[in-house]
Amino acid sequence: MKTGPLIWLASLVVYGFLYLPLAVVVLFSFNDSMLNAEWVGFTTRWYGRLLHDRDMLQAAANSLLIAVLASSIATVLGAMAGIAMHRYRPRLLPFLALTPVAMPEILLGVSLLLFFRQVLDLTLGLMSILIAHVTFSIGFVAVIVRARLAGMDESIFEAARDLGATPWATFRRITLPLILPALAAGFLMAFTLSIDDFVITFFVAGVGVVTLPLQIYSMIKVAVTPEVNAVSTLLMLLTLSVVIVASRFAPDTLKAKA
Amino acid sequence: MNRLAEQLAGDIARWTRWAVTLPPSLFLVAFFLLPALIVVAASFREPGEFGGLAPITGAGGLTLESYRFFFGDTIYLEIFARSFFVALLTTLICILMAYPLAWLIARSPKRRRDLLVLLVILPFASNLLIRVYAWILLLGPLNLLYTPVAVVAGMVYVHLPFMILPLYTNLEKHDPALLEAAQDLGAGAWTRFWRITFPLSLPGIFSGSALVFIPVLGMFAIPELLGGTGDLMIGNLIKEQFLDNRDWPFGATLSLLLTVAVLSCAGLATLAAKKSFKGTEAVT
Repeated sequence: MKTGPLIWLASLVVYGFLYLPLAVVVLFSFNDSMLNAEWVGFTTRWYGRLLHDRDMLQAAANSLLIAVLASSIATVLGAMAGIAMHRYRPRLLPFLALTPVAMPEILLGVSLLLFFRQVLDLTLGLMSILIAHVTFSIGFVAVIVRARLAGMDESIFEAARDLGATPWATFRRITLPLILPALAAGFLMAFTLSIDDFVITFFVAGVGVVTLPLQIYSMIKVAVTPEVNAVSTLLMLLTLSVVIVASRFAPDTLKAKA
Repeated sequence: MNRLAEQLAGDIARWTRWAVTLPPSLFLVAFFLLPALIVVAASFREPGEFGGLAPITGAGGLTLESYRFFFGDTIYLEIFARSFFVALLTTLICILMAYPLAWLIARSPKRRRDLLVLLVILPFASNLLIRVYAWILLLGPLNLLYTPVAVVAGMVYVHLPFMILPLYTNLEKHDPALLEAAQDLGAGAWTRFWRITFPLSLPGIFSGSALVFIPVLGMFAIPELLGGTGDLMIGNLIKEQFLDNRDWPFGATLSLLLTVAVLSCAGLATLAAKKSFKGTEAVT
């Protein structure tokens, strides 16, 4: 079957629909005007201004710190979950790991808010954000690790056992090197999920700690300034490169994110 | 001696199993399952004097007040109905927009397919707020900002790839021989689509629909940033109760009702996909 010109046209329109809005953001981040209305001239001053915006830098530092910690913890727990799901087929664990991913984010956000405030009486801040991010990232890492294990030949593990390797030696010498690409991809994916998350963070952040998405949110709520374009462009570049690197390690990572 | 060794090996295997399964399970029970159960419990409590929940006082302390409140005023049911409508409309528009593109990708030469799929996913790599913000920039000059149109446009934009990918995965598996046979038998393009491609693609459409419908139903950022005061959805209502009104029991009730709605939609979609899959098996 040939693909008709109408389908080509419709597809081009859809691709345009996907890219045009983001292109406008990038374009206006270089626009030498306070208003996001018409093109005036090229400038990089909005990026320069970001470097002197202390709130923004603090938010970026918070986001990075949380993302590194959350994705490290999520990689360890997610790898365990992925291995367990592959090897032991537990009944409860897949439900626990995958439901937070499938539900509307707001539900996890409010349930954690309730839990932290009413049950643990925890002051909201870095700790609550960190726990929340680990919770929703475990499932992603687990899926990536399980997919990697599912594609492997079981007999190598049996061979190791037959040759007298302890479970720990089998893990360190065989499983770990084999799933390393999946771990790297899972870590990077958890990193972008954490640094990008708005909805859940919004509920569990409290008043003291601001992350980059929260900072962008409050800027958009108050007024649309070209600085938002600049920080958006930088954040897009960051997540884009991380996602592309991640997809080098495990080709299906991108689909896991989508 | 041999039995001892066997027993030891069995013990080690059991220990390994627990060592691997327990940490993630415990973490998720503590920070996902337990909080979810507390939402259920909180929906039957009374709000505290200064927000949050009232302290547990000896006997009783349970009330259906939040549920009575929800069903006592049509405004809440209206907002639920509106959210369903927006989610349905978004899903339909996504199907219409995703179909030609998914078809094009599925029918492209194999080496080009990965690139075309990548092009669908890349905009996804950007933050939700940035994608919403882009529409503030676009729609502002058109005087469409803070309207229902803006809300649906934003919803479609954010969720479209969720429809394209499952649909593409489905269309890719179709046997082109079916369409050629139909053509040889004299079926026109329209008939070929409605009688072969479309029914075969139903499982893809259903799984894509679940991936679009469910998150749209609970979305609060898009109606808040792109919609007017009359475009609020369930998510905005929940956020209001938890962060502005501080009526947590009512917020918990709303969250629980949203969960029920989501679970029934997911159940329906799974059922429909299974049914249509059985139907397509007969064809292929």
